[in-house]
Amino acid sequence: MAASGVNAEALVAENVTVRYAGVTALDDASLRVEPGAIVGLIGPNGAGKTTLINAITGVVRPTSGTIALGTKRLDRLPAHRVARAGIARTYQNVRLFARLDVADNVRAGAFARSGTLSDSEIVTLLERTGTTERDLRRRAGALPYGEQRRLEVARALAARPATLLLDEPAAGMNPAETIVLGRTIASVASSGVGILLVEHDMSLVAAICTSVVVLNFGRVIATGTPQEIARDPAVIEAYLGT
Amino acid sequence: MLAWFAAHSKLIDQIGINALLALSLSISLRSGQLALAQAAFMGIAAYVGAIGAVEAHWNLPLSLVIGSLCAAIAAALLALPLGRLRGVFLAIATIGFGEIARIVEINVKATGGAEGYANIPNDANTAWIYGTLGITGALILIFERSRAALAIAATREDESAARGVGIDVTAVRFGALVAGAALAGCAGVLYAHANYFITPSDFGFARMEQILVGCVIGGVTSSLGAVIGAAVMTILPESVRFLADYREVSTGAILLAIVLFAPDGIAGLWQRRA
Ligand SMILES: Nc1ncnc2c1ncn2[C@@H]1O[C@H](COP(=O)(O)OP(=O)(O)OP(=O)(O)O)[C@@H](O)[C@H]1O
Ligand SMILES: [Mg+2]
Repeated sequence: MAASGVNAEALVAENVTVRYAGVTALDDASLRVEPGAIVGLIGPNGAGKTTLINAITGVVRPTSGTIALGTKRLDRLPAHRVARAGIARTYQNVRLFARLDVADNVRAGAFARSGTLSDSEIVTLLERTGTTERDLRRRAGALPYGEQRRLEVARALAARPATLLLDEPAAGMNPAETIVLGRTIASVASSGVGILLVEHDMSLVAAICTSVVVLNFGRVIATGTPQEIARDPAVIEAYLGT
Repeated sequence: MLAWFAAHSKLIDQIGINALLALSLSISLRSGQLALAQAAFMGIAAYVGAIGAVEAHWNLPLSLVIGSLCAAIAAALLALPLGRLRGVFLAIATIGFGEIARIVEINVKATGGAEGYANIPNDANTAWIYGTLGITGALILIFERSRAALAIAATREDESAARGVGIDVTAVRFGALVAGAALAGCAGVLYAHANYFITPSDFGFARMEQILVGCVIGGVTSSLGAVIGAAVMTILPESVRFLADYREVSTGAILLAIVLFAPDGIAGLWQRRA
């Protein structure tokens, strides 16, 4: 019954606009994440990438536009119902349950499918995400930063989501850690999970993304393969500034 | 032994009731809500149970059920307008609710006003009080191993991330407040039935402060800590009678010492780890 990696439903955002008092953070943006696809979402600081993730996950309500997973509309659901519909996420600034232990953090991820996890299933998720911590009773807040980021991915995977939204998961990681992260993401996608990857590390994007969406000032200015995007004059201009 | 017990039975009963109150507050604290209306919930149930017993000859179990149900309903009604409040704003609003409850108790006829309500059957003995405490303790132990306990802890740690993993934060906060109020209600009915009479000032801010300090001493979210803290807060004022008018200073001094030297409370001293 719960959303699992194999149910073939695309996440579709159409003409989404988000206005904060005075600021149009997202302006008529559309994108589509097919099951098993890794869609990169890039753009300069303040382009609206996090806002799009927040709109999809029900953290902010779009001013206009629609968001759906398969046939299920998400854009009027409260955040916890969106999670239960099969959308999992990580945060640009790590948001673990800091004073809970490693096991409880992962276990909490399974709330989205009303499921439970044994200690061995938790260890499997830690292994899958490259989390090296094996003391399940350790407080999450006491882990090194990179470990916290990986633990957050493990928590998200515990939900067995249809779509996984990652907000700059490689931020603060060294190149070796980033390569491991790339492998994790690719393997999750190959199990049928659709992935939206917000990332500034272009080598990671180029290495694993099937397509890339570029935002600038809240608008989608380009969509294509990583190679097409790298050559796109509008993208080059957005990044170099005018 | 028996003689000692007889001489201190009043104090022992008070410890049991205060332990129930501390546990009731720790339920809402666990969910991250600094909701300070526990004394008011206690009072509502105490009056309902007492009036029922005197006017309608309810027995103690019936007083307990109806009294704590009324406290739970009061909490549910309070939760609706207060749902959006957090932190210190929630604390202030719930203290305000406590004052409203106290003033209503002073001014309505049914409660006997400021003079108090008397002739309550004195049937809540030590067995009743510690039986209730034992059942509560067992329920809390079972609960601590449940998924709901994890939902409450996650809500306390990060509401937004809790929503992100599918936890209905609004329902969790509501449930914790109502469950805590029901337990405070039990304590209130037992309090009324362990004393011949009650007055509105029994359920005022001083009571709330005593419950809160007990919880803080115990370590806020630890059940055993809450019980120990409640015992300390009951025994302490008795053991410093020589301070006379300065007795109440001891409450403040203890609170200060705990916050400065053991911020996680007594429980934190043996739970501390990386
Ligand atoms: N809660 C908010 N209230 C008001 N304005 C906001 C809010 N959140 C974001 N904004 C504004 O919306 C715009 C888009 O912000 P957003 O965080 O989505 O950008 P981003 O692409 O994620 O940037 P970064 O790469 O720095 O993370 C910015 O101008 C930002 O200041
Ligand atoms: Mg961002």
